[in-house]
Amino acid sequence: MSGYNFAYLDEQTKRMLRRALLKALAIPGYQVPFASREMPMPYGWGTGGVQVTAACLTPQDRLKVIDQGADDTTNAVSIRRFFERTAGVATTTSTAEATVIQTRHRIPEQPLQEGQILVYQVPIPEPLRFLEPRETETRRMHELEDYGLMHVKLYEDIARHGEIATAYAYPVKVGGRYVMDPSPIPKFDNPKLNGNPAIQLFGAGRECRIYALPPYTEVVPLDFEDHPFRPGRADHSCALCGAQESYLDELITDDRGTRLYCCSDTDFCASRQAPSATEA
Amino acid sequence: MTRLTGGFIDPATEAATGFRAVLEAMARPGRIFDVTGAAPPAPLSVAAGVVLLTLCDHETPLFLAGRYDCAEVRAWIAFHCGAPFAAPEAAAFALGDWQDLQPVSRFRAGEPAYPDRSATLLVERSALAAQGHRLSGPGIRDHALLNLPETAAFQVNHARFPLGFDVIFTAGAQLAALPRSTRTEAL
Repeated sequence: MSGYNFAYLDEQTKRMLRRALLKALAIPGYQVPFASREMPMPYGWGTGGVQVTAACLTPQDRLKVIDQGADDTTNAVSIRRFFERTAGVATTTSTAEATVIQTRHRIPEQPLQEGQILVYQVPIPEPLRFLEPRETETRRMHELEDYGLMHVKLYEDIARHGEIATAYAYPVKVGGRYVMDPSPIPKFDNPKLNGNPAIQLFGAGRECRIYALPPYTEVVPLDFEDHPFRPGRADHSCALCGAQESYLDELITDDRGTRLYCCSDTDFCASRQAPSATEA
Repeated sequence: MTRLTGGFIDPATEAATGFRAVLEAMARPGRIFDVTGAAPPAPLSVAAGVVLLTLCDHETPLFLAGRYDCAEVRAWIAFHCGAPFAAPEAAAFALGDWQDLQPVSRFRAGEPAYPDRSATLLVERSALAAQGHRLSGPGIRDHALLNLPETAAFQVNHARFPLGFDVIFTAGAQLAALPRSTRTEAL
């Protein structure tokens, strides 16, 4: 830990981040611009999430980092080690024991509690960006609450595919005001955004935006009366733990198209396997 | 020499702990949190000192109202935060008793395209208690209770959401927050 300030960033940077985080909580779903710093990892590897985590961490925290639900993938391991070295905080893979969880593209299966903070890594914070490339225009659309274009996009999905084909980064409306990109989580996870007891913070490093969901905030996926939102999941059970309710990864196991489905949340899956292992 | 003392002894970790309380307070309006670490000169409370040390620096114009606009407080803030003192219309933070901050309509409420460019008011109270006003909105499961200095100004502030100012109430070593997103009613 010597040679670094606590949690890597200097204090002035943390104050800037902290002021942005407070405004983000005061205006749920609104993207607050912030002065994103260069981090010792490339953009696209979670620099926004890392800066938000660094601004929130205290020495007493227990940090969990997941990448698509897994604690043991490259991105998760390297970010966890980064904070072990620069903040000296304890780390864990257990969702229940963690006080701060940084995540790439998943919400843990186990329900979160008050006192926990979930930090999302966000690649493109602007939900309207692929519909309107100009920042000046999307900012005006948020200002005027002009979200018709997003509904046209969802309608075109239905016209072309017979259903809303958006499967991840499914747009939501926060507190009846701002349309927000929940980061590329599967739409299976969207219901967990709504009314969550934990604080949810979103950091986009390359795009220099921070936004937030306070606990117990109303978060509604955009849909139509005749095409209501449906959280999707593969119609299988986990091959490792047998879970029927969790979000599954699809693995191809040979060159003849044999597939195996298993939980994307490694902590959830391992905790379900552990009891049966002790029985045997 | 009180201006040189009373800051954080270990700034990185004490600011982190202080901010965590402020973050939880802003995320859960009305809930009261304890903070420690600052020993600012009178009339500043410990909690106000912690918030100043945690959030204010040379980038945040600060307005001091009423009895807080005194030489001791100015010198302490100048040494520990380096925040420039500003008129209320230009302030990112404003500090004082509620009656001295009036009229609160003069503080920055942000712009329609940038509602985050708004003031945060640090309002010193004699005590914080879960009574008097009912709060509801984001961050609150059913409702929360907090003693507010008045009702109308906060209802007006909420009515212009997403514009508005946000408030951190401080008393002794305690703080609670009232962001613009919170609905308030007197009981």
